[in-house]
Amino acid sequence: MSDHTPATALPEYNTKIVKQFAITTVMWGIVGMLVGVIIAAQLVWPELNFGPYLHFGRLRPLHTNAVIFAFGGSALFAASYHVVQRTCQAPLISDKLAAFTFWGWQLVIVAAAITLPMGLTTTKEYAELEWPIDILIAVVWVVYAIVFFGTIMKRRAKHIYVANWFFGAFILAVAMLHIVNSLAVPVSWTKSYSIYPGAIDAMVQWWYGHNAVGFFLTAGFLGMMYYFVPKQAERPVYSYRLSIVHFWALIAIYIWAGPHHLHYSALPNWAQSLGMVMSLVLLAPSWGGMINGVMTLSGAWHKLRTDPTLRFLVVSLSFYGMSTFEGPMMAIKTVNALSHNTDWTIGHVHSGALGWVAMISIGSMYHLIPRLWGKQQMYSENLINIHFWMSTIGTVLYIASMWVNGIAQGLMWRAFNADGTLTYSFAEAVEASYPGYFVRFVGGFIFFAGMLLMAYNVYMTVGRDKATATASPAAAV
Amino acid sequence: MIAMDSGTLQGLSTVVAFIAFIGVTAWAYSKSNKQAFDEAAQLPFADEPGAQPPAQQTTDGREQS
Repeated sequence: MSDHTPATALPEYNTKIVKQFAITTVMWGIVGMLVGVIIAAQLVWPELNFGPYLHFGRLRPLHTNAVIFAFGGSALFAASYHVVQRTCQAPLISDKLAAFTFWGWQLVIVAAAITLPMGLTTTKEYAELEWPIDILIAVVWVVYAIVFFGTIMKRRAKHIYVANWFFGAFILAVAMLHIVNSLAVPVSWTKSYSIYPGAIDAMVQWWYGHNAVGFFLTAGFLGMMYYFVPKQAERPVYSYRLSIVHFWALIAIYIWAGPHHLHYSALPNWAQSLGMVMSLVLLAPSWGGMINGVMTLSGAWHKLRTDPTLRFLVVSLSFYGMSTFEGPMMAIKTVNALSHNTDWTIGHVHSGALGWVAMISIGSMYHLIPRLWGKQQMYSENLINIHFWMSTIGTVLYIASMWVNGIAQGLMWRAFNADGTLTYSFAEAVEASYPGYFVRFVGGFIFFAGMLLMAYNVYMTVGRDKATATASPAAAV
Repeated sequence: MIAMDSGTLQGLSTVVAFIAFIGVTAWAYSKSNKQAFDEAAQLPFADEPGAQPPAQQTTDGREQS
């Protein structure tokens, strides 16, 4: 290995902003997942739908916004600010602008938590927030881009590490998607109408919606993977060259996959076929990236036995592989005819959201948090291990129950009698879903409870500055 | 001038995407870029002064698998 490290001392990094976002990752993770557990309970016990503000229809977008943008967003801000400084060997260009992104993002989250239960919504999935909040998001995001790319421009290292390419693509694509999809004509402070008509509006929405998955929930977290998996495994990524092909192939293909949300709709047929084919092609770069991440452990597999943080990271990649196999399959029109609008879709989303996004974030935070606060390790490795098993079991219960529910619903909806009438009423399919809804509630609750363990572990790691951390019970491993 | 129908557009797009993919792959795996990428792969460890280098990873030809 050639010595490429500059001889001068490392710069003074901005760790405050990374610490802030790391803490809000845990905090909003708990809040967002708690809302998820509540709405899962509401589907099992409909009596839990209280009043106009707290029924399923208003809490569901609160759940999705909280877990994606508050929990996932905080994790991405924390990881990207940390990684860009460390791999560029340059501090953030402006601590003030970075602080603005933190407080601006918190304001967006609070505004979402107030307006969504009030029923103020554009009705666009994952883009429900009304126009004044959309403008705030756009401003925060542009400042984020300035801080991130400005830091890259000032880098001391010669190369731009591949994780930063993924973070950069995530930042640019999300800016483009958010601004284009949110274009609207306001009629009051709390109400606006999309500037796009009919099927065009649907296409713009799902171009946004699927790329929120592709760039927010995938490219950004792949950036995390390309830094934290090598760091935790203490070896460089399996193939840096594969990571470059992975990057360009993934971003070039993802952007076309949106129409698979609109199969058998008013969208022109060629656009539906394009979305289906591009979704199928997407399997290749997705699995290329997954293999690259998992194979980074080649020669160090034994670390999985003793290192629960690494286990979080590697199992998240397994779930990533599962959900990126399932996604292309569900994008095939004939499969989609069975799966669309059923709980299978919800199961698929959570295979990605719990198994991939949440678990890679949790693993990354377990790596990051002790280092940020200058500790050797987390307060308790044992609790990380328990958290790992709770997350894994919770995710498996969640997705398995939704597979069963989804396929049952799809088959019941399409069952005909000999005379052409429907075999089952809709309510019969709902009734058949109750056992699955209960298992999903249990799985989701276990995953949520794991986050509480994490909060305790983080508190004991971070908040015990006086007590020496040397006597931590980590030796129990 | 040839009128372009959607079939021609789709065919051309496929060819362009294919060439772009071959181009990126050839660039990523070209010999002249190997050293630069091997250096870049070490960047996550560059902030650890004193840390032992994670050696024998990229120099043993493992990437050529």
